[in-house]
Amino acid sequence: MSETKKIKTPLTEDIIENLRAGDRVLISGYVYTARDAAHKRMIEEYEKTGKLPFDIKGQIIYYVGPTPPRPGQVIGSAGPTTAYRMDKYTPKLLELGLKGTIGKGWRGEEVKEALKRYKAVYFAAYGGTAALLSKHIKSVETIAYEDLGPEAVRKLYFENFPVIVANDIYGGDVFEEGQKKFRKLKV
Amino acid sequence: MREIQASLITEAVKDLVMDTEYNIPEDFIQSIKRSVEKEESPIGKEILNEILKNAEVASKEKVAYCQDTGYPVFFIEVGQEVHITGGNIKDAVNEGVRKATKEGYLRASLAFDPIFERKNTGDNTPALIYFDIVPGNKIKIKFAAKGGGSENQSKQTMLRPADGIEGIKNFVLKCIANAGPNACPPFTVGVGIGGTFDYSAVLAKKALFRHIGERHPDPKIAAFEKELLELANQLGVGPLGFGGTTTAVDVKIEVAPVHIASLPVAVNIQCHAARHKEIEI
Repeated sequence: MSETKKIKTPLTEDIIENLRAGDRVLISGYVYTARDAAHKRMIEEYEKTGKLPFDIKGQIIYYVGPTPPRPGQVIGSAGPTTAYRMDKYTPKLLELGLKGTIGKGWRGEEVKEALKRYKAVYFAAYGGTAALLSKHIKSVETIAYEDLGPEAVRKLYFENFPVIVANDIYGGDVFEEGQKKFRKLKV
Repeated sequence: MREIQASLITEAVKDLVMDTEYNIPEDFIQSIKRSVEKEESPIGKEILNEILKNAEVASKEKVAYCQDTGYPVFFIEVGQEVHITGGNIKDAVNEGVRKATKEGYLRASLAFDPIFERKNTGDNTPALIYFDIVPGNKIKIKFAAKGGGSENQSKQTMLRPADGIEGIKNFVLKCIANAGPNACPPFTVGVGIGGTFDYSAVLAKKALFRHIGERHPDPKIAAFEKELLELANQLGVGPLGFGGTTTAVDVKIEVAPVHIASLPVAVNIQCHAARHKEIEI
C-alpha cells in the first residue's frame, strides 16, 4: 500500500492519472450524493430535458443515504452503499463528465470499461463504518429530489474523507488483487 | 391470564430498536477483537480496528452504527396465557418502530411498493413480524435490523437429496465468495436446511440470532458449522472484501424436517453490523 494522497474536488485528468488501485486517498471539497432512486430519476430527467440537477463535470458522486442528524450534528451516520446497483446508470454519467464515484463492493465490467474510456475512478470507502465517516463531512445541503428523503441529492463538503482507489483507469481492481493473495480455496 | 398493555409493548420495542441500532452485541465485538490478532492482511487488520472504533463511537454518541438502519425483522413468541389489552400487538410493535425511527434518528429505509413507485414509507414500518404461540405467560421479542447490502447477497436453492453434504457446502461457500465486498464482511452466515422453499429462508434468518460460537446442539451439525467456517475463511475475501483471512466470524445452521424429494438450502448473509437483540416482557 502506498502513501496517502490528498486530493481536492473537482477532479482533473492529472489527478485521475495519478491514482492507482490500492492507493489510500483523502478527499476534500464538495461532492454530491445519489443512490438508487436519485440515479433513476436523474437519468430519466436527462433523457427528457438534457439536464442534470447539478453540473457533474469533474465531480464525485458518493453513494449514500444518511441517517437524519441529531441536534448538533452536521449529518447522521453516512457510510457507503453497495455500488453495483448504480452500474446501469454510471457509464452515462461518466460520459457526461463525472470523474469519481464512492461506494463499496465490486463494479461490473461495463463500469470498469467506462472508467478507462472516460478517465474516471471508483473509490471504496469502508462500508458500515458510518459513525466514523460522518465526522469527515462538514456541511450538507439538499439540492434536488427532496421528496426522496434519505435518497435525495445532497451537496456535501468533505474534509479528508478516507477512501481507497478500487478501480483505476489502468484496469486495476483492489478487491480482486487483495483477495488473490489470501485465496486458498476457489469455489 | 396475564394482562399486558399494548403501550408497554410499544415502549419496549422502541427501546429495543434504538439499543440495537447503537450497540453492537458484545459477543460480536469480542469475536472481532480475536480476529484482529489472527488476521494476516495488514489492511484487513486496520479495517477490523476501524469496525471496533465505529462500534465505540456509535455506542458513545448514540448514533446509528450504520446509515442503513435496516429492515426491522421481529420473531415474537407470545405465551398462550397472555392477554394483550388496549390495542393489538402488531400495531403496538409498529408504533414502537415508528417512535424509534423518529426519536432515535434512524433512516427510513422501506419502500411501500416494490415494483412501480418505490415510495418511501417514511417511518420504517411495516415491520416484518413472525409470530409464534408458546406455553407460558410471557412475550419474548427478538429483533434484527437487517441491512439491505447483505440481504441482497443472500440466496436460496432447492438441491436434490443426492447433492448431499457436498452440494450444501458448495452452495454456501459460493454464496459467501460472491457476496464478497458487496455485503460488508466479516459475515455471520445463517444457513437454513430443510423445511419448505420459504421456511428454509426463515430458518437461515433465525440462525443469525444465536450467539457467536454457540454451536448447534446436534454434534454432527455443530461439526459441519465449524467446517464451513474454516472453509469460508480460506476464500480470501477478508474484511470488507479487500482480501484477508477473516471472511466470516461464524456459520450457524438451523434444520427442519423435509419432504423426501427435497433439500432446500438458504443462506442469509449478515454484515458486520450484526444488529440483533432480544427482550422478554
